[in-house]
Amino acid sequence: MVAPFGPIAMTNPVRGKPWLPRPLASALNLAATVGFTFLGLLFVTFLIGRVVPIDPVLAAVGDRAPAEVYERVRIELGLHLPLWQQFLIYVKQAMTGDFGVSVVTANPVSEDIKRVFPATIELATLGTFIGVVCGIPMGVLAAVHKGKWPDQLIRVVGLLGYSVPIFWLGLLGLLVFYARLDWIGGPGRLDIAYDYRVDPVTGMLLVDSLLAGDTAVFWNAVSHIILPASLLGYFSLAYISRMTRSFMLEQLGQEYIVTARVKGLSEARVIWRHALGNVLVPLVTVVALSFANLLEGSVLTEIVFAWPGLGQYITASLLNADMNAVLGGTLVVGAVFIGLNLLADGLYRLLDPRAR
Amino acid sequence: MNNIAGLLSGVLLMLAVQSAPAGTPRDTLVMAHAIDDIITLDPAEIFEFSGAEYAGNTYDRLIGYDVNDVAKLFGVVAESWTLSADGKAYTFKIRPGIVFASGNPLTAEDAAFSLQRAILLNKSPAFILGQFGFTAANVREKIRAVDPATLLLETDRAYAPTFLLYCLTATVGAVVDKQEVMKHEQNGDLGHGWLRTAYAGSGPFVLRQWKPNEVLALDRHAAYWGGAPALRRVVIRHIIEPATQRLLLEKGDIDIARKLGADQLESLKSNPAIRIRRGEKGDLYYFSLNQKNPNLAKPQVRQAVKYLVDYQGIAATLMNGRATVQQAFLPRGMLGALTETPFSLDVAKAKGLLAEAGLAGGFSVTMDTRNSAEIMEIAQSLQATFAQAGIQLTISPADNKQVLTKYRARTHDIYIGRWGSDYQDPHANASTFASNPDNADGAPVKTLAWRNAWDIPTLTQETAAAILERDPDRRARRYLELQREHQQTSPFVILFQETEVIAERNNVHGFVIGPAFDSNRYAGVTKE
Repeated sequence: MVAPFGPIAMTNPVRGKPWLPRPLASALNLAATVGFTFLGLLFVTFLIGRVVPIDPVLAAVGDRAPAEVYERVRIELGLHLPLWQQFLIYVKQAMTGDFGVSVVTANPVSEDIKRVFPATIELATLGTFIGVVCGIPMGVLAAVHKGKWPDQLIRVVGLLGYSVPIFWLGLLGLLVFYARLDWIGGPGRLDIAYDYRVDPVTGMLLVDSLLAGDTAVFWNAVSHIILPASLLGYFSLAYISRMTRSFMLEQLGQEYIVTARVKGLSEARVIWRHALGNVLVPLVTVVALSFANLLEGSVLTEIVFAWPGLGQYITASLLNADMNAVLGGTLVVGAVFIGLNLLADGLYRLLDPRAR
Repeated sequence: MNNIAGLLSGVLLMLAVQSAPAGTPRDTLVMAHAIDDIITLDPAEIFEFSGAEYAGNTYDRLIGYDVNDVAKLFGVVAESWTLSADGKAYTFKIRPGIVFASGNPLTAEDAAFSLQRAILLNKSPAFILGQFGFTAANVREKIRAVDPATLLLETDRAYAPTFLLYCLTATVGAVVDKQEVMKHEQNGDLGHGWLRTAYAGSGPFVLRQWKPNEVLALDRHAAYWGGAPALRRVVIRHIIEPATQRLLLEKGDIDIARKLGADQLESLKSNPAIRIRRGEKGDLYYFSLNQKNPNLAKPQVRQAVKYLVDYQGIAATLMNGRATVQQAFLPRGMLGALTETPFSLDVAKAKGLLAEAGLAGGFSVTMDTRNSAEIMEIAQSLQATFAQAGIQLTISPADNKQVLTKYRARTHDIYIGRWGSDYQDPHANASTFASNPDNADGAPVKTLAWRNAWDIPTLTQETAAAILERDPDRRARRYLELQREHQQTSPFVILFQETEVIAERNNVHGFVIGPAFDSNRYAGVTKE
């Protein structure tokens, strides 16, 4: 039988063959999923922005503006247009990465986010790093010694990390390590004396100070970031270790583990190589989600540590009814979630031969 | 955030903090403050507390007032001034030798441009100057430089001279550097787009950097005409958590903490390295009754609730030194302020008045309350005292902007909040508390009296007449009369006048806490 259309064309659907070659189809599928998720995200954020019982003009002009100023700004903000028209404008702008101008900072929201996001990325990355480096071995250890004291201890530590309010731990940590022991820097990203010494390149102080070759700034930045990053690390460690433990328990009960042991492999090899090797695949998703969680800016940590990140930015904007900034920030967080999910999917394929 | 503060103060009791030697650079003043209200750095637009404080330290105005006695006016950029016989034309002599941070000399041309610019841009505070008949069409003619040293300003009517002069002390009257601003003009915006985040002034400090919600840094203006400040730099860090502010202060990583709660201040009292200072501000705490509510519209009810407030109790315990009782619409210190406080908690009297109004059995009513600690606490105290006379008060807490949205739409029953004067003249408050030119829903002028649907044709006329009284003593007497009547009959229950409290390390001297936020001054600060 001759294919009716050219090379990429559809084969007979009756025979159940795909309409499009597989890679193209899955790419299209992916694009559609991402597209629809984004559109949904846009719609929901827009809706939230319009139903809050706060007058956005009030945010822009303040409580005491005369009536004519108020009216002029209302038209400038496009609030006199019908809702569907406002939505279309909003989608069009968001597509081009234009989230409008922040009422509070007078900068385009996209620029603001570029400025505050690196502080959050820096903190979240370090936090996740600590979470992974400590959390995975702890989870493995707990699984191997299931029911014995190391397991109990690790579970209690994890439970605490999960349930103790992070701002409380933060304040306590500041009191002990900053105020009493003087081991670390206080709230903020740098001591005042080090401010303005390094020009922002990436916005991440640890990176920028190294790029500039200014080790004094680097170590000062480390002394400031270490406590909040450890706290976030503790928080994600709690999650990662619990998940690792349950994944490991599942693997350790499998037949191939028994086989490996029967073959006389060392216990360490069985656990760290065979069992953990298989656990790594689902763990990728866990770590990615935990990273995404920290990236959306842990508001309370940022407030306690006076850390000028995305969480504080969105909160301050919300309290100022600066809807452009809130919606822009929310979209970015949403995009990060979608992006990290895609990344986790990609890694999944890379690590798990069956998913290829 | 209050829970955090509460939790922390408990923790602090257990681990009394020991302070280390101060860690801020000797030539730098470091302050912790909440500066997230700054939305612009252009003096023609600034209308927020922190923004006004910034402009107060970085720009000069034509006229200033004594921070210890607002009644005393003096020239700043204007060395002297004269008034024509008909009371409409003011001639200001510009002080020689003032230079902008850019190096340009300050002339009458800059002063005229700045005032014209405020009217032409027509941002929120423009009305402060607009009250004198300046419009976009006539301002270039009515405010002009006669020569580089002489500024002429012609008002449309013969207003009280104090009225005009006090308005010129407001942030909107700041003198900007015309050359510098116009260099950055785009599409005829008079440099507004640029100046929103930049600087073009002649004050004791110049802007170094503003990162919104993060830091505001100022450097001294070495060529400042009044003498360069002793400190090289002022850094204001945005730190909203009071417990964090306290930690930094005790540790010495900041010199002054500006936003501490009552509990932090209480525990700081015992620290010998910290000094707590207070300064009376012009802001008033009040609640008001919407006259659209038939119960609240009854004159006896308006009177009765004024006897259902534990003024002294709230001031002493809840506000704990951050407010004092004031019951008239002008704050103490302002021209013509009434200091009598005829009301105190008197449940029997209130009950009698309610019975007279036919509401002996009480009634239910809602109070819209912003969810800030102090306002919530006052509301709860009111709830208790109202209940004693049978009034069921429901507190409806919400975000500040949300509460304001409702207040501005006149859909509240009772609103509780704060009011700060837009400028240091009595008309600033009289024109909003005691004036309502048109009580219709779509009225163009929406004063506080309008927001509470209080229709007062006579008082409105009297308020308008007071700005034409050219004799300062007679003018003050007019305001006293206005306030006495307002105090008894209005739906406004004025409660307190705010006191700003700061905590500073005791090696810091000379921070001036002025009566308004634009008169908090850093120029005289020194550090040992």
